[in-house]
Amino acid sequence: MTPEQNDSVGIVVPQTLHFDQPLTLACGRALPKHDIVYETYGSLNADKSNGILICHALSGHHHAAGIHHADDRKPGWWDSCIGPGKPIDTNVFFVLSINNIGGCNGSTGPTAINPDTGKPWGPDFPPLRCRDWVESQYLMMQHFGISQWAAIIGGSLGGMQAMRWALEYPDAMRHCIVIASAMKLSAQNIAFNEIARRAITSDPNFFEGRYLEHNTLPRQGLALARMVGHITYLSEDGMKQKFGRELKTGNLNLGSGSDSDVEFEVESYLRYQGEAFSGSFDANTYLLMTKALDYYDLAREYNDDPVQAFSHAKCAFMVISFTTDWRFAPARSREIVDALVAANKSVSYAQIEADHGHDAFLIPIPRYMDVFHAYMKRLKQELGHAL
Amino acid sequence: MRFDLTLIQPWINEGARVLDLGCGDGTLLATLAEQKNVSGIGLEIDPANITLALAKGVNVIEHDLNVGLGNFRDNSFDMVVMTLALQTLRFPHLVIDEMLRVGRECIVTFPNFGHWRSRWYLGQRGKMPVSKFLPYTWYDTPNIHFCTVKDFEALCTDKNIRILNSAVIGADNNQNAIADRFPNLLGVTAVYHISK
Repeated sequence: MTPEQNDSVGIVVPQTLHFDQPLTLACGRALPKHDIVYETYGSLNADKSNGILICHALSGHHHAAGIHHADDRKPGWWDSCIGPGKPIDTNVFFVLSINNIGGCNGSTGPTAINPDTGKPWGPDFPPLRCRDWVESQYLMMQHFGISQWAAIIGGSLGGMQAMRWALEYPDAMRHCIVIASAMKLSAQNIAFNEIARRAITSDPNFFEGRYLEHNTLPRQGLALARMVGHITYLSEDGMKQKFGRELKTGNLNLGSGSDSDVEFEVESYLRYQGEAFSGSFDANTYLLMTKALDYYDLAREYNDDPVQAFSHAKCAFMVISFTTDWRFAPARSREIVDALVAANKSVSYAQIEADHGHDAFLIPIPRYMDVFHAYMKRLKQELGHAL
Repeated sequence: MRFDLTLIQPWINEGARVLDLGCGDGTLLATLAEQKNVSGIGLEIDPANITLALAKGVNVIEHDLNVGLGNFRDNSFDMVVMTLALQTLRFPHLVIDEMLRVGRECIVTFPNFGHWRSRWYLGQRGKMPVSKFLPYTWYDTPNIHFCTVKDFEALCTDKNIRILNSAVIGADNNQNAIADRFPNLLGVTAVYHISK
């Protein structure tokens, strides 16, 4: 990837916005002040009607597209979809991507300093709900002087934020694009999250969440949590294709001595993913994010009736799922679609054939891109763009 | 536009909520939205058609009609349309029941196997008819449940389905007075407007 590559947004510089007014949270507490780290791609038009908000998933952040310096080999997490001529076309749209509060990539979260104590917030950081992210994103919207987003787009937990927006601020968006998401987690989803959390909290270096004060990190636990998570992001077929039963080291021949040097490719892969993650992500953020996921229930305050919930929305919806996603299976997306149809909303739905499991939403699968492009065409038309 | 799609438009009210089963590339719904301010949703299974419909600004839901319409509530649409898809279904009679449950009125169009060419083809050659309009051989055809105008009306009688309007399209791809008199013999495509 080079900045000259014409479908990349090129080199981007993350910005920080400081908010001094308290942000009241769903739990009843308030963040006295907070920082939001963000990136933008493309430019805002004169009437500020071409804004798109990107909501990130569990371990995501503000760096969704482009690169940070000329030698940067790793583009943003959704570079496949954001850029000139890509589905989220930065020649047409102004794209805002932020790191949510509670995160660990620069926005105020558990690793930030608690102004009351002068120490890192750690486990004392207020518990968050999805709607808190919507509220803080709304402050960002006001900062940019945008009164209505052309679209709010998110995959997985990002899709949940986009749907929450549609209910909380129905006039503030024209389109809601929900990819590989769900209206609430299943018992199985919660179970996997709980294993991940237990892995973290039972690490001897966790110190009840005050590991930073002890100048240590629960890396082992966080790595395990990520390994479990990773299994749920992939599909059985995808893993079979990627790793099969290939050995990284050792051999399985009888009489070859010890088993201890045998390592399957998949073991090596998971270990690598876990270790990389544990060095870059904060354990308290992981706990906080998985809790917000578990407690998310779109229709809870609408008599548990998703049709009643969606009756408040005014935007048009595009829902996309992937066949081998078993974390947020196509059936979960179809529930969203059915509720939207029953609520008499404008909705389209595509179920993309893909081997990549939940992770498919990050991958430029040709049919996924076709569908995404085709839907985005109507957003461009609304802006009066010649096609 | 295909003539059966033109023919049915007068039966669809201004501003109606329309569900189009097997909406193809979305031509009908796009036209209805433009000319009659209809709010429509199309159901389609073919990926290429889904993309085409989306690009036209038509709302389309990827859906296999053979799983039925269990996802949709009773009387949730003013009109449920199914054009030239009846013969591809595993259980056409059950889908018609479902259409009448979901929509207050329905429109069904299908190729009429009672047309004289089909009869002649089978009578003369003793082989399953193959035509420009229905170019498949018996073993690879998606059309697994052919019927005639008479068959369809018998089904309506059995199920107490009301026929509000009907028409046939003749070989000249138009409506004509002679075909209207002998629909089962001269109709290539049959067009029915039905309700409970």
